[in-house]
Amino acid sequence: MPIVQIVFYAFALVLTAASVMVITVRNPVYAALFLVLAFFSSTAIWILLEAEFLAIVLVLVYVGAVMVLFLFVVMMLDINLAPLSEGFIRYLPAGVGVASIMATELMVVLWTRGRFDAAAFPIPAPHPQGYSNTKALGELLFTQYVLPFEVAGIILLVAIIAAIALTLRKRTGVKAQNPARQVMVQRDERMRVVSMKSEPRQDG
Amino acid sequence: MLTLAHFLTLGAILFCLSVAGIFLNRKNVIILLMCIELMLLAVNMNFVAFARFLGSLDGQIFVFFILTVAAAEAAIGLAILVVLFRNRGTINVTDLDELKG
Repeated sequence: MPIVQIVFYAFALVLTAASVMVITVRNPVYAALFLVLAFFSSTAIWILLEAEFLAIVLVLVYVGAVMVLFLFVVMMLDINLAPLSEGFIRYLPAGVGVASIMATELMVVLWTRGRFDAAAFPIPAPHPQGYSNTKALGELLFTQYVLPFEVAGIILLVAIIAAIALTLRKRTGVKAQNPARQVMVQRDERMRVVSMKSEPRQDG
Repeated sequence: MLTLAHFLTLGAILFCLSVAGIFLNRKNVIILLMCIELMLLAVNMNFVAFARFLGSLDGQIFVFFILTVAAAEAAIGLAILVVLFRNRGTINVTDLDELKG
């Protein structure tokens, strides 16, 4: 068995096992950590598919940012886990049934009549040495797909604004200073000119 | 010999697992969000496999945009979750039935 196949089956096995753990463990912290393992294993499979840039992006963005966000939220919220995991046994037959029916249908589509075998989709030759996946993607992204790229930037901006606007809250009764208010202050708010008659000096 | 069908099978298995996860954990919003992330990963796996076997980079570009949108979705979803927990003190889906007539 060539090394590529060994790597594929090993990481596919880890990926499937980690996914099973994600949906079955009770504790959301463990689920998040198993999801990290799943992302990491799929990174290896993407590198097998010569999508190096996306593999690195998956590690940096997903494992590095999104999953840390998940872990933050899971640990920040003080959740009572007992009522959340009830109904697991009750929905087990329905879930397993639907999933296995879907899996069977997909396998029938994928493996019959040689729709996706080596004859229909010949195995491509590996890219020559010195080929840069990042460079090729960048050239495509900044020429043909430049408008979708900018729309993606706007989507991220909307996400930032939405996340901040949703979680921002005004606390009342806090004795914090308001710098904007301090800078905007006018003379009349601090000083009062009193007009009064001059009085004679009183010695003594 | 690894054909396209192998990679598509892996994506299909991942997708079915995440569908099963949505059925099993339908009380816990956090696990539901994680199942959606897993589902997107399965779709991305198919895109990357097709990009490789069709010799075209367009599939990888599409995965790039899916990753962007998924990151935005996770950020907003978790923000909604935090606000929900702050207001209701629970993230149990069955307690969130205020819109039921």
